[in-house]
Order: sequence, then structure tokens, then C-alpha cells
Amino acid sequence: MRTKWLFNLQLGFTLLVCAFLIVPVILSIMAGLTVNYLVGIESGLTLRWVMEVWNGYRNTIFLSIGISLACLVVTLLIGIPTAYVLARRQNALARAIEELLVMPVAVPGLATALALIVTYGSLSGFRTSWTFILVGHVLFTLPFMVRSVLAVLMAIDLNTLEEGASSLGAGWWRRFRDIVLPNCRAGILAGSLMVVTLSMGEFNMTWLLHTPFTKTLPVGLADAYASLRLEVGSAYTLVFFLMIMPLLLALQAFAQPRLKKYVPEDDTHE
Amino acid sequence: MRRETQRLILLLLPAGILFSAFFLIPMAELFLIGGAGKDGWAAYAAILTNANYFNSLLATLGVAVLTTIVTLIISGISGVFLQRHKFRGNGALVAMLTFPLAFPGVVIGFMVIMLAGRQGLIGAVSEALIGDKIVFAYSLTGLFMGYVYFSIPRTILTVMAAAEKLDPKLEEAARSLGASPFRVVLDVIIPGLKPAFISAGAICFATAVGAFGTAFTLAARINVLPMVIYTEFTLAANITMAAALSFVLGAVTWIVLALARTAAGGTVAAAG
Repeated sequence: MRTKWLFNLQLGFTLLVCAFLIVPVILSIMAGLTVNYLVGIESGLTLRWVMEVWNGYRNTIFLSIGISLACLVVTLLIGIPTAYVLARRQNALARAIEELLVMPVAVPGLATALALIVTYGSLSGFRTSWTFILVGHVLFTLPFMVRSVLAVLMAIDLNTLEEGASSLGAGWWRRFRDIVLPNCRAGILAGSLMVVTLSMGEFNMTWLLHTPFTKTLPVGLADAYASLRLEVGSAYTLVFFLMIMPLLLALQAFAQPRLKKYVPEDDTHE
Repeated sequence: MRRETQRLILLLLPAGILFSAFFLIPMAELFLIGGAGKDGWAAYAAILTNANYFNSLLATLGVAVLTTIVTLIISGISGVFLQRHKFRGNGALVAMLTFPLAFPGVVIGFMVIMLAGRQGLIGAVSEALIGDKIVFAYSLTGLFMGYVYFSIPRTILTVMAAAEKLDPKLEEAARSLGASPFRVVLDVIIPGLKPAFISAGAICFATAVGAFGTAFTLAARINVLPMVIYTEFTLAANITMAAALSFVLGAVTWIVLALARTAAGGTVAAAG
């Protein structure tokens, strides 16, 4: 009887926490689709605000997609080799390098952005281009790619696999392409989703790095929240949710089976 | 073997160049600029000696500590509960609790406004009930609420992963020896989850100290360090002070995360 009571208490508490997180999301979606939020849903539903966002801010959506994809390409090209090196050499130096790479995540984005501005701000061609934002995003997302791939590489016996292939005459590139890459596919996928999601939502750095011609989606959101009516801000948020939702669902779907996949199966019966 | 080493160095080179050019050198530059103002290196002490900066440091740390404690309590209760009881709808609850994981700070700020802002739910409900419109979104309280909102999803995930590894036999043993549920939580569950609490708590703290988007959306008047730095940089054009303050801020969050990593023994996955 007593445990039943405790169970209900905890369930009630958890439901309250859920409400705290989800109710504002629902309110905001509703506000983005209502004619007048103050009057309420009776004032009617409309796509007017969404269209207003699309007309006024669609460039920010395209820029954010572009930057996050470019960010993905760069972190793949740089991150996978880095993870491979860290997996091959598991010594103090490798750990120190990993520690360094994570620093842009530990240090507030504001500080990193200021550092980039005081160093490269005078190169006006670079400062005003979208690649200035890209640099910040790559710094911030690279550790997630490296760690995700590294986690998978650590779970397989990389050395034995490579030695086996090597003894059969496979050169390095062949081993990398046919053994390393296929084996860390799950890590690459999880890392990629993480990189795109994070880049899409990055604000702390981007707010300082952006120029009037390089506004990303979160920068546009901040703009809209500050200067436009609640309904437009909500509609813009709705657009953001729609873009981020598939990424999140994919991330959740891949994150769960991954844990099980690398538990070695019990095939020791001779 | 030598060729192998050469190859590994070559593979590490792109990351090394990128990282040096765009992080290490800029950070060093930031450090130098922070000491090049009219106050010289004393600028680095200003965070303690200047009353304004010191007050915002206290406010920042206060909000961060409170966020960490409240988030750990909430996520501890719900995380262990959801891991232990696999009832129908469990998956849906977990999905909802982790949905805001990828929200940027600005969106979190907007969620706080939807709840506690001038047209918010809390205001409407309180007006109907007690005739008084409660609005606290645009203050330190609103900021605190936003940081808790931001931190719950990732902390719950960490707690659930750690709770999965706890041995239920230990709790059964404690219970069969006559321990009350309260004592079981205190003496078995909390010590077992301690590493997870330390690493998740450090991340809560570090984000609450360094985040900027939520405060920016709520109000420019909120006197926390990231806002002060932003104001110094843009409005006052006091670049040296902004540099010194942000370097100190960066050092503080980095040290907190590094200490937590040592204390927790494992890896503290930092989060944005």
C-alpha cells in the first residue's frame, strides 16, 4: 500500500516536470497559429504569422541549413582522422589533445567569439562572410564528432583488425576505408546528427559573430522576440521546431540501439 | 613504426592547425588585450575590486548554484523513477522530458516568456484566481527558471544512464534490513549516483554561468556576467574590459568542468 502511494507521488511529480517543459512549447505553437493570442483561440486560426516569418526571415533558415551542412563536412573531414589517431594512441598526450579539443565547449561561446573578433575582426572580407560563423560552429561541434566516433572505435578491437588486414597485404588507405570507416558508421551517424543539431541552434557565439548580412535562424529568432509581436515570434519558433524535430527524433532513435549493439554477443560455445 | 607515427601526426594536422589558428591564438590574443587597457593587468582583478562587476559575479554564481541544486533534485527524482518503473507511457514521458534538449538559449527564454511573461500562462491563471497578475519572466527569477528548463533534459538523461547501472539488490538488501525508503535513497541511491550528479551538476553550473541567449531574450537589464560582458563590448565599446571579463569567465567554467571530471572519475561530456 505504501509503495503504491510512493509510486503515485513520484509519477505526479514527473508529470508536473513534463508539464513545465511541454506546456510552454504547446502555448507557443498555439500562439503562432492564432489570429490574436490575447483574445485566444476564438479569434481563429491562421497561417498569416508563419507566412510573415517565411517572407521576412527565410534567408536565415537557408543560411542556417547551409552553415550546419558545411560544418558537418568540415567536422567529418577533420574529426574522423582525429578520433582515429586518438584511438590508436591511447596515452597521456592523446588525452591531453582530447582535453584541449573540448575546451571550446567548456568555455562560454561569448568568450570564444570575442577572441575570434579581436584576432580576425580586422580582416573585413573574412569578418563579414558566413565562414566567420562557420569557424565558430566548427570549434564548438568538433568535440562532439570526435567523441562520438572515438567511443565506437574504443569499443572495437581496432589494433587486431588492422593487423589482420595488414598481414593480408592491405595498405593503410585500404584499411582505413574498408575497416575503420565501416566499423564506426554508427558513431559517425550519431556525431553528424549532433553536429547539425547543435550548429542549427548555436546562438551564444553566433550573436557576436554575425553581421546584418549573415543572420542565422537563432539570430533571427532573437530579433523577432525583441521587436515583433508575440504571434510572429511564436510562428518563427514553430518553424524552428519543425526543422529541429526530425533531427531530434533521429538522434533519439540512433542513440538507444547503439548502446546494445556493441555488447559482444555470447558466441563462445565451441 | 616510424612511418606509422608520421602518418598519425599527418592525420592530426588539420585539427591541430584549425585549433591553433582559431582557438589557441585568439584566446592568447584575448588574454593580452585584457591586460592592455588603461588599467593594465589590474583589469583581471576588476571582477573582484569593482563593485558593479563583483555584484554581477555574485548574481551569476548565485543563479548558477541554485539552478544546479534544483535541477539535480528534480532530475534525480524523475530520472530514477523513470528508470525503475517501466509502466505504459514511460517512453512517451522520457521523450517529452528530453525534447527541449536541442533548444538554444533564445528559445528557452521565449518559453519562459510564454509561462511567466506579460501575456504568459502564470499571469493569466494568477489573475483569474487571486486577481493579481504574477509576471517574473524579465528578472533573475525568470532567468533561473530558464536555466532549470534548459538543464533538466540533459541531467535526466545522465541520471537515467547511471541509475540503469545501480544494482537493485543493494536497495532490496537495505529494505530487508529494515531501512525506510528515505534511508534507502540517502544511503544507497544517492551515493551510487554521485559520479553522475557531479558531472551533470558541473555542466548545469557551467552553462548557467556562461550562457547568454536566455538572458538576452528575457531582458537586457538582468545583471549577470555574460550580459555585462556583452554590454561592455557593444554599448560601452570597452573591449579590454570585455576581454578580461570573458577570459576570467572562460577560465572559471573550464576549471569547474575539469575539477568535476577529476572528481567524477569518468568523462564529463560538456554540453552547449
